[in-house]
Amino acid sequence: MSEITAPSTGAMSADPSSRFHVREHHPENGTLLGFWIYLMSDCLLFASLFATYAVLGRSYAGGPSGAQLFELPTVALNTAFLLLSSITYGFAMLESQRQRVKSTLVWLAITGLFGAAFLTVELREFAHLIHEGAGPQRSAFLTSFFSLVGTHGLHVTFGIVWLITLMFQLGRHGLTAANQRRLMCLSMFWHFLDVVWIGVFTFVYLMGVLP
Amino acid sequence: MSEHHDHHTAHGDDHGHHDGGHVEHGTFKSYTIGFILSVILTAIPFWVVMDKVFAKSSTTAAVILTLAAVQIVVHMIYFLHMNTRVQAGWSMLAMIFTVVLVGILLTGSIWVMYHLNTNMMPGMMADPTQELSTSDMSSMAPGAIGKMHHMNMNDVP
Repeated sequence: MSEITAPSTGAMSADPSSRFHVREHHPENGTLLGFWIYLMSDCLLFASLFATYAVLGRSYAGGPSGAQLFELPTVALNTAFLLLSSITYGFAMLESQRQRVKSTLVWLAITGLFGAAFLTVELREFAHLIHEGAGPQRSAFLTSFFSLVGTHGLHVTFGIVWLITLMFQLGRHGLTAANQRRLMCLSMFWHFLDVVWIGVFTFVYLMGVLP
Repeated sequence: MSEHHDHHTAHGDDHGHHDGGHVEHGTFKSYTIGFILSVILTAIPFWVVMDKVFAKSSTTAAVILTLAAVQIVVHMIYFLHMNTRVQAGWSMLAMIFTVVLVGILLTGSIWVMYHLNTNMMPGMMADPTQELSTSDMSSMAPGAIGKMHHMNMNDVP
């Protein structure tokens, strides 16, 4: 406390005003921090699923292995879709900061299309695996695989539902403070899903095909 | 990045008039840098695995896991705008806490379950049978050892 009383009067007057600012905007900060903490708890959910996959990922029960099932070109395509959707969401954020509703909506729509393309490829892969008899009930490896990748896919699905909802809100109410905040939250959610996907394609697909 | 910093300080001055308080915004430059780095950091592991660059699987695994860790940091900085100033450091604190928990969860699970698997391996189960006398061995049903093996393997029919 002695350090606070020591500085000159100029610093003394600056200090309470900055405190005032922090206090006044605490509720809005709270939403973003709260959402961040939600994402961190989601991170723990994914960590559990990754740990499960790490333990069970080589228990094939005499069934097909990752090397036999995974098609890396498809995974690379999916990774590209998600990565592109991340940058297009970034462009939507930049446009929203410039208060341009139309171009924000266009970039959000492109993001949604990339997300939908990702989901389409993933669901086709799942359908193909189940059709080949490599469904989640086949082995511990496939159970943990479908749990992990399926949970990620479910997150992307809800991200797209949220995205479409937000596009309608933006179309009706414009870039209000509330909508800006929602855009920030979805931005964190979307980029977070891309971060989780880095873990999935590395740990599940690429390491899964290693001999 | 200097552009990014200028933007941040300018934003700090009229802090709180129109948007959600102390949050970081990216710039076109920062998003583009992040995207290019991500593309490179994604392409290398796919290339390493698909072209079988390294003979040993363990080398490949080490390389791609390291690249994934680097790419996660890149995404955190350029897309999620993580730094120690966001939310006066609370975001960073929450993230460090999560990273510690995830570390404990992953290493703990893999460590414990690896040892469990090792102790449950059919090879380990064969040891006590070797200590049995030959008469005990002959009195055992012919399929007994096979059954024991079967029980401890993961393939439940």
